[in-house]
Amino acid sequence: MTKRTGSLALAALTLFPALAFASGAIEGDVKQQATNWHAIIMFVVFVAFTMGITYWAARRTRSASDFYTAGGGISGFQNGLAIAGDYMSAASFLGISAMVFDKGYDGLIYSMGFLVGWPVILFLVAERLRNLGKYTFADVASYRLQQTPVRSFAATSTLVVVAMYLIAQMVGAGKLIQLLFGMSYSSAVVMVGILMVCYVLFGGMLATTWVQIIKAVLLLCGASFMAFMVLSTVGFSPELMFEKAVAAHAKHAAIMAPGKADPVDSISLGMALMFGTAGLPHILMRFFTVSDAKEARKSVFYATGFIGYFYILTFIIGFGAIMLVLNQPGMMETITKDGKQITQLVGGSNMAAIHLANAVGGDMFLGFISAVAFATILAVVAGLALSGASAVSHDLYASVIKKGKANEADEIRVSKITTVALGVIAIVLGLVFEKQNIAFMVGLAFSIAASANFPVLFLSMFWKGLTTRGAVIGGFIGLATAVVLIVLGPAVWVDVMKHKAALFPYKNPAIFSITLAFVSTWLFSVTDNSKSAAEEKAKFDAQFVRSMTGIGASGASKH
Amino acid sequence: MNEDVLKKVQSNPKFKELVHKKTSLGWQLSIVMLAIYYGFILILAFSPSTLGAPLAPGMTMTVGIPVGILIILSAFVLTGLYVRKANGEFDQLNREIVEEAQQ
Repeated sequence: MTKRTGSLALAALTLFPALAFASGAIEGDVKQQATNWHAIIMFVVFVAFTMGITYWAARRTRSASDFYTAGGGISGFQNGLAIAGDYMSAASFLGISAMVFDKGYDGLIYSMGFLVGWPVILFLVAERLRNLGKYTFADVASYRLQQTPVRSFAATSTLVVVAMYLIAQMVGAGKLIQLLFGMSYSSAVVMVGILMVCYVLFGGMLATTWVQIIKAVLLLCGASFMAFMVLSTVGFSPELMFEKAVAAHAKHAAIMAPGKADPVDSISLGMALMFGTAGLPHILMRFFTVSDAKEARKSVFYATGFIGYFYILTFIIGFGAIMLVLNQPGMMETITKDGKQITQLVGGSNMAAIHLANAVGGDMFLGFISAVAFATILAVVAGLALSGASAVSHDLYASVIKKGKANEADEIRVSKITTVALGVIAIVLGLVFEKQNIAFMVGLAFSIAASANFPVLFLSMFWKGLTTRGAVIGGFIGLATAVVLIVLGPAVWVDVMKHKAALFPYKNPAIFSITLAFVSTWLFSVTDNSKSAAEEKAKFDAQFVRSMTGIGASGASKH
Repeated sequence: MNEDVLKKVQSNPKFKELVHKKTSLGWQLSIVMLAIYYGFILILAFSPSTLGAPLAPGMTMTVGIPVGILIILSAFVLTGLYVRKANGEFDQLNREIVEEAQQ
């Protein structure tokens, strides 16, 4: 197997390998493939079905609570599936199996990073968040602080995270659909944008949740089938699978062992993945869709189970692809890149899972998996759009501009206008960034979530001494540090801006930016001797009682 | 929440018990998870050959494979432990606190 070429793709893989896929590890020119009718028909069925659900959801979505949180009426099990659906992106599915296909064991390492954040969210964040908040994580961060500055900060950082994530998904979707369906890039991007707006605009959180649930079930079924078929070819002996894979792979036994990694970068990446998950606004928002803390806990338990199971499957799928797809006739192509001839999988390594689907299940199953990959992107972007819309309508419009006196109909109207605006922006950015290397963007989204949202959210719940000044200054310092260090680091400074050496040596800034955010939030809080700071500290006890017991927490709305 | 309810809850010994139990379990399990994961990352960074060694002489499967799978399983088991404890014992205690505060 020839090493993946191009410093861009390589940087993408090393920065955030699994996520990099959706953000542009499908680098440069993707050849448009022949129209894949099986996939298109299955995808049309998926869209028709989810549109039916959206119609059903639209009739049940009237109040702001319905729109943002499906009225808080989602069960823990359903929410667990929806969280899994929100989190298992096409990036995880295709990206991690591609990573295993290329590097073997290292792919498993990234799966772990994506998973271990969940238990920590459960132990420290989930139930407190549910007890204190209503629609957005800013509800919690600003619970006893001044509304205007804290919500402005939270909305800004939410929108930055959502924008980065959305661009990455749109560009990834365009390239993926070009490869899978044989459609043009621009029509793919426009279609994703329109469908995203439809789900959110008409069906709100209820439709978004069900799209995520259905997608999660389809993805888990498809991946289970693939893993089963892979294992059946080796008589269900993992040892035999590994033997065959080692024999087929150009790196031989090296695929069974971890590759070289810089300690600082490894720890930093681990921190970004772990705490970034706990700071992603579209993920945090999901905890408000359940009725109480008990269901919030259950959702994390189920989500962790589904996500963990899924990562074990992708590991088998990656090894299965080495065994059954690599070097098989019709699966490889020779392309010229950077003046060098290289032999690679048709469409690149990210297609490993897709080719494997063909190898184990034929054209029909290939079509099914392609449609699932597309559905996966739709479910993720719908969740992002809803989160961005709620930051604008609930945090900025209702709380900052109207000072909490907005009427509900106006607030819903603003969120719907924002949804349409986000759809248009997403399409435009998707088209603008088509030829750009945007691999760093999902990394940036995770780093910002970990360095800006997480410290403020965490300290607001756990530390009495937090003041408005500390939260806002510390949060913005975390945000700015994450952005600046990524720009000065290898992913942007060298790979995008083509400088020779990076000014900041590490690919991932999280270890520095998270620390700096915590320290500066602490410093600007303890030195805050204002009268309002004293009042904010005094309100902590009541907040603490509510976060622990749920007394006063917003409940499920009655239908 | 009015002052009266707040005072009742805060002075209830069951509330102190709940806070103590829930907080210490949450932190203990978090530390276990962090120790497992960062322990793994440190082995990865400083002694990758430990994980790359064959599971048994002559085997292709390396030590790292079951270790990786076990870490994924440990995350699931730890969340299960917490949910069981919190949704059972802690919620029972919580219900009593809420009832007593509203009397």
